[in-house]
Amino acid sequence: MTTATTGTTPPAEGAHGSPHTRVEGPEKVTGTARYAGDVPFAELAYGWLALSTVARGRVRPVDTASVLAMPGVLAVLHHGNAPHVNTDYAGMLGPPDPTIAVFQNDRVPHRGWPVALVVAETSEQAREAAEALVVEYEEEPHDVAFDAGRPDAYAPGGPEKPDVAEKGDLAAQLASSAAVVDEEYTTPEEHHSPMEPHAATARWEGGRLELVDSNQGSAWIVNELAKLFSLDPSSVRVRSEHVGGAFGSKGVRAHQVAAVMAATVLQRPVRVVLTRRQMFTLTGYRSPTAQRVRLGADADGRLRALEHDSLSLTSTVHEFVEPSAGVARVMYDATAHRTANRLVRLDVPTPTFMRAPGEAPGSFALESALDELAEQCGLDPIELRARNEPETGPVSGLPFSTRNVLACFREGADRFGWAERDPRPGIRREGHLLIGTGTAAASFPSRAIPSTAAVTAEQDGGFTVRITAADVGTGARTALALVAADALGVPTDQVRVRIGDSDFGQAMIAGGSMGTRSWAWAVTAAARDLREQLALGGSVPPEGITVRSDTAAAIGALTETERHAYGAQFAEVAVDTATGEVRVRRMLGIFAAGRIVNPLTARGQLVGGMIWGISMALHEEAARDDASGATVGADFAGYHVAANADVPHVEADWVTDVDPDDPVGIKGIGEIGIVGAAAAIANAVWHATGVRHRHLPIRPDRILRAEEDRAGARRG
Amino acid sequence: MREFGYQRVFDVSGAVAQLAAEPGARYLGGGTNLVDLMKTGVERPARLVDVSRLPLGRIETREDGGLHIGATVTNSELAAHPEVRSRYPALTQAVLAGASGQLRNVATVGGNLLQRTRCGYFGDVTQPCNKREPGSGCPAVAGEHRNHAILGASEHCVAVHPSDMGVALAAFDAVVTYETADGPGGAPSRGELPMADFYLPVGSTPHVETALPSGALITGVTLPPAPVAAHSRYRKVRERASYAFAIGSVAAALDVREGSVHEVRLAFGAVASRPWRAREAERVLTGAPADAAGFAAAADAELAAAAPLSGNGYKVTLIRNLVVAVLTELSEGASR
Repeated sequence: MTTATTGTTPPAEGAHGSPHTRVEGPEKVTGTARYAGDVPFAELAYGWLALSTVARGRVRPVDTASVLAMPGVLAVLHHGNAPHVNTDYAGMLGPPDPTIAVFQNDRVPHRGWPVALVVAETSEQAREAAEALVVEYEEEPHDVAFDAGRPDAYAPGGPEKPDVAEKGDLAAQLASSAAVVDEEYTTPEEHHSPMEPHAATARWEGGRLELVDSNQGSAWIVNELAKLFSLDPSSVRVRSEHVGGAFGSKGVRAHQVAAVMAATVLQRPVRVVLTRRQMFTLTGYRSPTAQRVRLGADADGRLRALEHDSLSLTSTVHEFVEPSAGVARVMYDATAHRTANRLVRLDVPTPTFMRAPGEAPGSFALESALDELAEQCGLDPIELRARNEPETGPVSGLPFSTRNVLACFREGADRFGWAERDPRPGIRREGHLLIGTGTAAASFPSRAIPSTAAVTAEQDGGFTVRITAADVGTGARTALALVAADALGVPTDQVRVRIGDSDFGQAMIAGGSMGTRSWAWAVTAAARDLREQLALGGSVPPEGITVRSDTAAAIGALTETERHAYGAQFAEVAVDTATGEVRVRRMLGIFAAGRIVNPLTARGQLVGGMIWGISMALHEEAARDDASGATVGADFAGYHVAANADVPHVEADWVTDVDPDDPVGIKGIGEIGIVGAAAAIANAVWHATGVRHRHLPIRPDRILRAEEDRAGARRG
Repeated sequence: MREFGYQRVFDVSGAVAQLAAEPGARYLGGGTNLVDLMKTGVERPARLVDVSRLPLGRIETREDGGLHIGATVTNSELAAHPEVRSRYPALTQAVLAGASGQLRNVATVGGNLLQRTRCGYFGDVTQPCNKREPGSGCPAVAGEHRNHAILGASEHCVAVHPSDMGVALAAFDAVVTYETADGPGGAPSRGELPMADFYLPVGSTPHVETALPSGALITGVTLPPAPVAAHSRYRKVRERASYAFAIGSVAAALDVREGSVHEVRLAFGAVASRPWRAREAERVLTGAPADAAGFAAAADAELAAAAPLSGNGYKVTLIRNLVVAVLTELSEGASR
């Protein structure tokens, strides 16, 4: 069972509102909340994607005759007959991943690539026909083998996002260091795995393309679909009322594009829902990483050299970098400092943003290496971090807006009982178990993207907020109600928040821990203006009084600083070295994340992130088969996430974190909870057993092998 | 999903007659495995003959002191039965170590024995698999096989049987009873198979998993009386704390008299295509001192036959450690 604290620390200064349950909670627990795949439509047809069974090659001309003769089948779309889409544009995240431009040519760049969409009167008919469709390939040799030694690795770079940053003479500083850590760490391919599968229904209605979808930003989807199908954005509407988890995977994907194609061809509504197995190849994932960290320090632990080099993979058709080396650019300075994110291109699906991209795997390597350095220097791991607190951004040189990471460590150490910890590894036994504790730091950027919002004073005295925000399960709708009520100076139950409809205008997506910060900014601006207008007196007309906001200018005027949320993670583990089982006994995360809008859902976000950390440390791993290029065990029996029994006691809380120069003060909490969590657990496993585990997940077979190696070393 | 027929039957003779008439049909128990496999296209029965309402839902004490467990007894009922809990505790522990409460409430004893491997290649119809498609090859031998067999496998298949319950049944010499329509004029005919003979060696025919005659319906499992079973233990190791298949498990029963092993039962799970009765280890242990060195030597004797693949050698260590841990616990008198 997961427990959250009831708030023993006083609420942070400026934190508004008491804990508030989700405004849509009753709908969700009674089953009346409709998700994208549930919304009924008259004349609805169902599309089912057929995916490639080879990892590289060409699709031969598709013979659809026998499938078209099957019961209920309406159409088969493939590269020989599908409508053309335009991919020559730059969207919010740059040029589109060609993976979304389905059926445009005969190339197969990875196994599980969509080669056809079968549309039928029922979902079952469509599925049966899609599985019966025989697609032949000219197969070509493929390469999906990811490892640190790839000779074809490269640093992509570009002025927007430098992938290599360096200063000082690394070799010289390492050579003059009293303590050196030089280790390799790896993390496996991980998948977002939201509970709700991707689902979209497309239809043409009154000359407009409408999509009922499950996504992280309906305005974003409109912009992409409009460009892909050469439509005016005003003639596209996307709605996404409830979203059962996203984590970075719910942008524009093959199923939405295929649904639009089929709705256009058939002129009737078409729904495409993905299966769990299809999600493993069509919705993005976190690249595996191979990371090398070199730390050089004086005997007192002060860093002279820091190098963090991270290799990740991408597809042959699109460049996506998992920027794991970026975390060192924020956390620690050194005389010589080098960080590099490198890539290798393989015949695999394109990876994408997944909860704390970069920071999650990067913090595992860096914060593990720090723990190893603390061991070498005979220093407490928290003291080592305290001695290496930078004055300014290690790479940018910019001042920090706020930096309360040490406050997190102090509060966490106090509550976790860190002072009583014996630093020696491998000495605490309880029966057949070895017990250990570990800690790690966390950080995640706090940015904002210009957004628009509208707030309406209704004639009945209530208020309606309209913003193209997305509640992907975080409680964003509720948070925005609290923010609006505060700004309007009215009780929360007088505020109705409408989100998830692109007709409400441009707004940031639920991503990058920027959603609530960006939306709250826009909602606050509109609400304050409205409040001033209403203060002038006068009556509210039947259509209400609406005030709109756009935060572009305000965000543009922000001083450039290093703005981040921080945290300190603590974990206690029990390890059975006879069976290899590692179980987390308790975790504590203390965070400095600005103004906390709704303590109830904030704890849910932070605890949820920490549980992701448990999964990352001990369970999650997609196995890619070299021979076929496929993921083996692409379901929840094969891809493990922590079960309830793996999550015994997880607490999250926060310290005061006020930036007087920041107009909103909200930093975002969607991702910081996972950062550092896996490192804290791995460091605890070392403290328990005396063996360093540098490869995730820390599975029983890895513990057993390590024990054998140690026994062998002792004998030898 | 393919269309299929569905028929509910209420007596055993009707069930076996239905399958004799329609070889493409399959019996449906709790459906916790078969229905999943139908969704993914691994199983494509023309008809489901629902046997869950047959009068086979009782657990009865036999005259000889053993137990007979009906085939449609659910896992939850089996685990909770007072006679099972007191006289065959490892069986209760094994059942409770599997699946989830919801699944155990519908999964049946007969179905549990016939569940299919969870090998990721078997479950993906776009991959070769000799068990699913004879002659297509076994990619697990050179591919992902961390949780595959170390004992009794062949180059044709290295998959493991996923049952926890079956491991305890193997240790306790359970006998599977069945009926067919093979009697004169299609009349029902009864047969039985001891667990030792129920699952066939893998060899070159991994798709033929049991010695059950075609169309046979499992009617129950008989547990012979075994006083040693009252002092038994099942220990399962998996990659998370619950709701996962074993990567190694041990069912053990032990009777120690004056420091020596008087009687011992040992079976391993997740190491072979079937629950693995460790008869060599039992032979070595019987009469030997009941201490950690003796337990380890017995495990080593059994595991001498192990032929691990490149990526699952840890299972040899795991099983050895488990044998020592479980037998040590039992020899120290703890009965759970």
